[in-house]
Amino acid sequence: MSVDRSDIEQVAELARLRIEDNSVDELVSKITSILGMIDQMQATNTDDIEPLANPLEASQRLRADVVSEADQREALQANAPATEAGLFLVPKVID
Amino acid sequence: MHNLSVSAISRALAAGDFSSVEITQYLLDRIREEDTAYNSFISLAGDSALEQAAEADLRRSKQSDVPALCGVPFAHKDIFCTENLRTTCGSRMLENFVPPYSATMVEQMRAAGMVLLGKTNMDEFAMGASNETSYFGAVRNPWDTACVPGGSSGGSAAAVAARLVPGASGTDTGGSIRQPASLCGVSGLKPTYGRVSRYGMIAFASSLDQAGPMARSAEDLARLLELMAGFDPKDSTSIDAPVPDYAASLNDSIAGIRLGVPKEYFADGLHAGTAACVEEAIKTFESLGAKVSEVSLQHSRLAVPVYYVVAPAEASTNLSRYDGVRYGYRCADPKDLHDMYTRSRSEGFGEEVKRRILVGTYALSAGYYDAYYRKAQKVRRLIKQDFVENFANVDAIIGPTNPSPTFPLGEKTDDPVAMYMEDIYTIPANLAGLPALSVPAGLVDGKPVGVQLIGNYLEEARLLNLAHQFQLATDWHQLNPLTGGEQ
Repeated sequence: MSVDRSDIEQVAELARLRIEDNSVDELVSKITSILGMIDQMQATNTDDIEPLANPLEASQRLRADVVSEADQREALQANAPATEAGLFLVPKVID
Repeated sequence: MHNLSVSAISRALAAGDFSSVEITQYLLDRIREEDTAYNSFISLAGDSALEQAAEADLRRSKQSDVPALCGVPFAHKDIFCTENLRTTCGSRMLENFVPPYSATMVEQMRAAGMVLLGKTNMDEFAMGASNETSYFGAVRNPWDTACVPGGSSGGSAAAVAARLVPGASGTDTGGSIRQPASLCGVSGLKPTYGRVSRYGMIAFASSLDQAGPMARSAEDLARLLELMAGFDPKDSTSIDAPVPDYAASLNDSIAGIRLGVPKEYFADGLHAGTAACVEEAIKTFESLGAKVSEVSLQHSRLAVPVYYVVAPAEASTNLSRYDGVRYGYRCADPKDLHDMYTRSRSEGFGEEVKRRILVGTYALSAGYYDAYYRKAQKVRRLIKQDFVENFANVDAIIGPTNPSPTFPLGEKTDDPVAMYMEDIYTIPANLAGLPALSVPAGLVDGKPVGVQLIGNYLEEARLLNLAHQFQLATDWHQLNPLTGGEQ
């Protein structure tokens, strides 16, 4: 399956990535070649085969819904680009 | 002193030949002087390493029963969170990230008294097979500094090969421990999926990611794995099974052990020199009493296509967390939220990471999910079934680790698909979740190549036993790149 410029631009928007205009063509060609390699799997018959999500077929372990971590707000916010009064700051969302 | 293995340093510390502070200082100085040639470290621990070493020396002087590796220096791949020590994952996105906690595996090694020297370079977010995608510059192979060390754990492999550290951690999502181990002439083990906790290991593809040790012998791998492995309630896919004493079975006889040689692993694309080394290794195992037979992994040729759906899909999901809000890179002067997300991610991620996010987003997007993601998961089951069927008749599978010896920097950077083929023989074990290791098996034109052993679930001890017996019979693992391949 091949992709074109508009496919790449649409997927980039979904992934919140911006592709520079002068690199779109190269990206289209590289991703087309990756998808071409991937398409080798399409000819394999997988009728009646269940998808395998976890290699050990394990399911997620659950735990009681209780607080298990100590409050580390300051330590965690030390890595944030912008904070104020214990809150994460982002550009204005609502006028 | 820098030629000493993990096990040898452990014995020397116990005998009082030198202190942990002495060897730690020695290796820190050595890294500062020598690593300009390899760029294998992103951050050095410095004073905190010396403090940990002093603590280890004190512990040895006061306690009669200290863990065997107490005071032995070690390095972690820069994908593992280390409390108060910068953890970048090889990315501009995390250039200034200082974790407030340590990964469970890091904690376990610390509790045993191991000394953290620093954090090793890697492909950005572990996406690469040459260590050229790191934001902190490419790593160079100690056997030939014009060539790549492999990846993504290329910094760990190069540091161990260059005798900057006796051992280091790595992670292996599609071959990222075994392939660089092969290209740098060191030993590396990817355990069973879930054997080592993923808590605090920065996520790439969560159904494939697995941490493991890299060192200069199988004996060292056994001692390191014993500290790394174990159940962790903080990792929802951690295996709840006891950790064996891996070193205890290293000297078991391997007479009668059944080894399967997958014919698909010797098809087109395998370098003749690599093939010759692997065939020689198989003969060595036969001379040690192993029973060798041909097997077929008929779906293994589809492993790379399946992997390049599953891994990018999981990565695109995992990497959606980098939004410039709570940690990581934020662009300058965002004009609104959308602009902040888009520019922070576009400026913070490198080319290969962006490419994989795009492929993954595409494979998961409406209309393509069944054709790509679901199809890949079905073929993944077929790949696993090939192994399950073969392990009814053989105890381990043996073959090349990767197709050829190391290659010059820049040779494959413009051709992603050619680079992806580096992992053609390693990816099947990741998709199936099986343990596998690579140990040195020879030199081709002065460059090392590895032989790979793949075992059944949780049979790390058997793989280590096989590798140790091989290393008793050969000296490939002792060849030193710094002395032109002499011991």
